[in-house]
Amino acid sequence: MLIDVHAHFFPERSPRSDWRSYNASRLEAGRRIGITVHVTSTLGTFGLTSPTYFPSPVDVVYGNDFTIALQREHPARIRGYMCVNPNYQDHARSEIDRGRAAGLIGVKLAASRRADDPLIDAICARAQHHGLPILQHIWQGRRRDWPGQEASDGAELCRLAARHPQVTFILAHVAGGGDWRHTLAVAPPHRNVYLDLSGSGVDGGMLEACLEAVGAERLLWGSDITMDTGWAKLRYLKHLLSPADFECVAWKNAARIFPPGSFPSD
Amino acid sequence: MRVDVNAFLGSYPFAKVPGTAPADVLAAMNRVKIDEAWVTHLPGLFWRDPAAGNAWLYETCRATPRLHPVPAVHPGLANWSEVLREAVAHGAPAIRCDPCHFALAPSGPEMIALAAAAGSAGRPLLLAVRLEDSRQRHPNDVTPELPAHAVRALIRSHPAVRLVVTHADRGFIEEVHFGSAPEEARRIWWDISWIWGPPEEHLATVLRTVGPERFVFGTGQPLRLPEAAIAKLDLLDIAPEHRAAIESRNARAASGGTT
Repeated sequence: MLIDVHAHFFPERSPRSDWRSYNASRLEAGRRIGITVHVTSTLGTFGLTSPTYFPSPVDVVYGNDFTIALQREHPARIRGYMCVNPNYQDHARSEIDRGRAAGLIGVKLAASRRADDPLIDAICARAQHHGLPILQHIWQGRRRDWPGQEASDGAELCRLAARHPQVTFILAHVAGGGDWRHTLAVAPPHRNVYLDLSGSGVDGGMLEACLEAVGAERLLWGSDITMDTGWAKLRYLKHLLSPADFECVAWKNAARIFPPGSFPSD
Repeated sequence: MRVDVNAFLGSYPFAKVPGTAPADVLAAMNRVKIDEAWVTHLPGLFWRDPAAGNAWLYETCRATPRLHPVPAVHPGLANWSEVLREAVAHGAPAIRCDPCHFALAPSGPEMIALAAAAGSAGRPLLLAVRLEDSRQRHPNDVTPELPAHAVRALIRSHPAVRLVVTHADRGFIEEVHFGSAPEEARRIWWDISWIWGPPEEHLATVLRTVGPERFVFGTGQPLRLPEAAIAKLDLLDIAPEHRAAIESRNARAASGGTT
C-alpha cells in the first residue's frame, strides 16, 4: 500500500495542451512506482482564467468538479482534496461542504492568504467539522512576498496549527524548494502538523533531518510534480527506516489522518 | 555497468551533508549498484586554489579503483597548465572547472584557453550548472549559475573542446543543443541528475529530441540522493542498449576511453 498525498492532475481548461498525456503519465508512473492511491488537488484552472494560487470562485468550482469527476472515474486509484480560496469565505465554506458531500477527503489551501491569516480560521473550523485534513501549500522559509502567491511558510502554518489543535495540517512539499531547515526548526512541537516529503529536492541529509525533527509518525510520502524524485526518496526511506516505520510513511500515517474509509484498505 | 560521472568527496561548506567520506560514497554506490564514479574534491571548489585538493583526490582514487578523479583546474592561476598535465598523468577521465565558483567569466579567455587545452589533451571539461536549488541556498552562497550561453561559446571556441555538463535542466539543454551546430552538439554530454521525469517527462522528451547518445548517468551524490538518477531511468520506456549507453558507454566516449 502506498499513498501519494500530494498529486496533481490537469483539467482540460488549463494552460497545458498536453493535459491528457500528462495525466496518463502520472497514472503510468504511479503504476510503476506502486502507488495505490493518488490524492490530488486541482488549483482552479492552473492560471488559465485566474492565477494558480489565487483561483477565482468560478475556477475553484471548475477545478473541484474536475477532481470529483476524477475520483469517480478512478474509484480505486484517485482521491481528492477540495481546493478553496479563503478570500471568498462563504464560497470556500460551501465548497468544503459540497466537496465532502461528493466524497472528497481533504482541503487544499493554495497560497491565497498567508497561512496564519485570520481568514483561514473559518476554513479550519469547517475542516474540523467534517474531520478533514488541510494540505497547505508552503514555500519553505519564505520570509518576504514574491509575485504570484502569498508568502506562506512553515512558521506561519505552525501558528495556525496552534490555533486549531483539533485539525490536522499537512505542510506541503518540504522538498519543494526553499529552506527546509527553516521548517524543521519550527515544526517539531506542533503535533498536528505532518510533513509531506514531496518536491523535486533530493538533498543528501534531508530525510534524516526530517526524521530527527518530527519522527516517522509525522511524515507523509508524496510526489507533487516530480515523481522520479518522489520514488527516489521512497527508495532511500526503505534503506533508512525499519519496515514498520516505512509503512507509516508510505501509507499508515495518511490512513490515520484522512477520514475513515478514505482508502481501499480502510 | 553503471558509471556516475557526477559525484563528490568531502564536506560541503553551506550545509551539513552526511556521507561525504570516500567509504560512505562507496557504501551509497553499493546500495544503488553504481560500479564506478567520477569524483571531485568538493571543498576544493570553494578554495582560492581548488587544485590544492587534487593531491588528496588522486591518493584516494589510487587506493579505491572504483573512483576516478576529476580534478579541479583553475585557469586563472599561473600553474594551470601543470595542473592539467598532472590530471592527464593520473588518468583523470575529465577535468573540471566551475567558472562561477572561481569568479571567472564563464566564457572568458581563461575558460576558452582551458577548454582548448583540455580538449587537445584528450579530456573533456566538466562543468556544473549549479550544485543546489537556487531557492534553498545559503544566504551567503551567491555564486551565479552557469549560463547556457557560456556553454555555447565554449563549444564553439575550438574544435577539440569536449564538455560534460552536469545539473542542467531540460530548458538549458535544449537551448544549448539546438543553439549549436550538429558538429558542436556532438561534443557535449549532459548528465541526467537535474532532468525531471514523469509526469513532466522532460527526460523522455530530450532523449527523443536530443538523442540518448548525448546523455550520461550522473547523480550529484552525496549532495543529492543517488536513487534519483536511477529512478528516472526506471521510469522510462527505453531500449536496453540506450540505457546501457547512458549508464556507461557514453561516459567512456566522453572521456576518450580513459575509464
